Amino acid sequence: MASIDGALLDFKRLDRLATGDTALHRLDPRAKVLATLVFIVSVVSFGRYQLSALIPFFVFPAVLVGLGNLPAGYLARKVALLCPFALAVGMFNPVFDRTVLLHLGPVAVSGGVISCASIVVRAALTVAAALVLVALTGFPAICRAMERLGMPNAFAVQLIFLYRYIFVLTEEGGSASRARELRSCGNKGQGLRSYGPLLGTLLLRTWMRAERVHMAMLARGFTGSFQTRQEFRFGAAELLYLSGWSTLFIALRLHNATQLLGSLVTGIFS
Amino acid sequence: MHMADALLSPAVGGGMWAVSAGTIAYCSAKVRRELDDRKVPLMGVLGAFLFAAQMINFSIPGTGSSGHLGGGLLLAILLGPSAAFLTIASVLVVQALFFADGGLLALGCNIFNMGFFPAFVVFPFFYRRWIGPDPSRARLTAVTMISALIGLQLGPFAVVLETLASGISSLPFTTFLLLMQPIHLAIGVVEGLVTVAVVSFVREARPEILLSALEARPIGNRPVRRVLLAFLLVAVITGGVVSAFASKDPDGLEWAIARVTGSAQLAGPQLGLHRTLALLQEKTAILPDYHFKKPAEKGGATLPEKGRPDQNLLPATGIAGVVGTLITLLLVFLSGFFLKKRSVRKVYGLN
Amino acid sequence: MSHHIVAVKNLRHVYPDGTAALREVSFRITHGESVAIIGANGAGKSTLLLHLNGFLSPSAGEIQIGDFPLNKGTLPQIRRTVGMVFQDPDDQLFMPTVYDDVAFGPLNLGLSGADLDRCVTDALERVGAGHLAGKAPYNLSGGEKKRVAIATVLSMSPDILVMDEPTNGLDPYGRRQLIGLLKDFHHTRIFTSHDLDMVLELCDRVIVLKDGEVRADGPTREIFQDEALLAECRLEQPLSMQGCPVCGRQGNSAGD
Repeated sequence: MASIDGALLDFKRLDRLATGDTALHRLDPRAKVLATLVFIVSVVSFGRYQLSALIPFFVFPAVLVGLGNLPAGYLARKVALLCPFALAVGMFNPVFDRTVLLHLGPVAVSGGVISCASIVVRAALTVAAALVLVALTGFPAICRAMERLGMPNAFAVQLIFLYRYIFVLTEEGGSASRARELRSCGNKGQGLRSYGPLLGTLLLRTWMRAERVHMAMLARGFTGSFQTRQEFRFGAAELLYLSGWSTLFIALRLHNATQLLGSLVTGIFS
Repeated sequence: MHMADALLSPAVGGGMWAVSAGTIAYCSAKVRRELDDRKVPLMGVLGAFLFAAQMINFSIPGTGSSGHLGGGLLLAILLGPSAAFLTIASVLVVQALFFADGGLLALGCNIFNMGFFPAFVVFPFFYRRWIGPDPSRARLTAVTMISALIGLQLGPFAVVLETLASGISSLPFTTFLLLMQPIHLAIGVVEGLVTVAVVSFVREARPEILLSALEARPIGNRPVRRVLLAFLLVAVITGGVVSAFASKDPDGLEWAIARVTGSAQLAGPQLGLHRTLALLQEKTAILPDYHFKKPAEKGGATLPEKGRPDQNLLPATGIAGVVGTLITLLLVFLSGFFLKKRSVRKVYGLN
Repeated sequence: MSHHIVAVKNLRHVYPDGTAALREVSFRITHGESVAIIGANGAGKSTLLLHLNGFLSPSAGEIQIGDFPLNKGTLPQIRRTVGMVFQDPDDQLFMPTVYDDVAFGPLNLGLSGADLDRCVTDALERVGAGHLAGKAPYNLSGGEKKRVAIATVLSMSPDILVMDEPTNGLDPYGRRQLIGLLKDFHHTRIFTSHDLDMVLELCDRVIVLKDGEVRADGPTREIFQDEALLAECRLEQPLSMQGCPVCGRQGNSAGD
């Protein structure tokens, strides 16, 4: 199935980005997680009609992409495949909210259009922040950071296991799906009758694999809880990173930098 | 039916995060206490199964479209409520981080909408109660279908409530409801059919898997569960009410004020109303979003700038706004570009 | 030194549905021996293996590993002594990085800090996978995964190494590397395998299972010369002992 293989490759690519070796990659994951949290909270806290004030926030993903040497085009494309749900609902705003809020020269722009645009920009920002976080930190490190920040151990273990086996399961699922596709004609054979058994078989194989993994764990002395290695250091660099970005976000939240910049420039010319 | 960051206000998002985080903590402790260490790899691997299974489609005859497994109910049947909740939550975390399904703030909502209802409402109160020991194919189908349908009505309904409470989307309640619920009725039917298909398959091949799941008795008892449910519902409603008050009315009011602006200065009584609401809002808003008071105002009852409401609330007006936007974007893009060039050059030892 | 002995006496195992997987299996393996357990699919090889580590309990008979009889109480010690490597490395590599996987065992045994680190790096070096420490398992090739799986067991310093189909799924180069690696080990080694050429190279002794019983138990060369026996057990001679495919001349048993 083209989509499952494609999704897997994409997943792998994003995961591989985390193995990079820039100064940003080497930062303690807690600093990166917390900074992203502050970012998202700042962005989401804007009122529904604010649009231009959101724009400067793009500096966060942009700078991180630059310093972290991440593929900008690839990430931009992923952001562009925005949560379709947000757009789908946001699209109704111009329909229901027609009162004109401002004039761009001769064009009257309604509140609905602005709030829809605001929704889109918000989505782009939060998605970009999440992707950059994963690309710079890697999923397992994020889980460990979260655990240090208070997430229950059982859940952290679950996340790490899940992540580990996603690669295995998606390949198994992919080959089963491909096998089905090759033996069906167009849509015939791809209906529910084959889907049930296909998933059922996959499920049983999964279950048996879980039993084998459990055996492997027991063989290496597993007694029910996971010990973790201590390897985190939260130093000066991390403090600088976190406090620097947080200050910026709060400042940008409180003052509309776009407006200031714009007035400055138009002021010069008038 | 993933909820999105963009439609969520911080109050509602934060509230739902608290609820989900609390539930995760509760389930983690429960799973630990059960001392069944087989569950550890099982949950992880089944989560991966769900993840993979959601990427495989089947064609729905007559419609030309395709459907796939949601999986909440199936996981609850296989793992029991707490373990299933954790598994569903973990899959959603990965999807949010890697595929931007919804976003990070909305993750709290999504975990609740798609995990809590199948695991803690539908499974214990409907499925398990009606399924009985060794059900016939007909009974299995009926009970599963109904359970799936219920689960897939509750989830989307919660989404509607959360969106409404956030006040960012302008979609009216009834319209949204009429969009979500009927669609999810169809999705519920699909989910039910798929779950039945998979469960019957497993039952034929390895019935002991299902047996062990259905036999698991919760350590807590009914009363505890009911209390927890009640508590969670109250939390949700409170979060919703507070944020509705905090975000909806002022927006509506501000917007109404904007219409009046440009024609005349705001008259006295309206001024009084404006300030009263401002004070009230400051006291109740969870995050100090809206600034009605600028430092200059502290002294007296002066309005910021004649004819123009507070800049922080309304969209940037006019050309200045557009120009500012363009310049900011350019600066942002350039900064990223140059930083990248620098780091690339460093890597290759040029400089 | 008795702690390296594997003694199986009259082992029987019957599955819950009534099928007898093992009937009256007995053998004794001493320190440093390299033994292969061969037989057709379904002859009981994997079932037998799973007893050596205590995953399956015998329906009858006894197992003694070193100084310890195998029972519930002695499981932890037995699992430390017997290192088992499964057929599918994906079942064995369940941590996010290679380092984590190799460290899993020692961590559970209580090691930490510098001791742990040394243990892990040693194990990885022994299998030639030191450079893979930071990598994620799904980014490894089949051969690399197999080697790392062995390292995860080596880091616990077992005395007896048990491997289920070690060369299964490896490309010729990977296979050659693995054989070279296993030749250097001085542990007691017990394999199951269909790769009879590998068995010829690595093992002095072979135990042939048929329908849950020990059909033959002796030196490798001897058993592999007995074509009738092999045919009866649904086996063949290793390819290196069969006739030359070009001229049809019967070759002698392969050298080292």
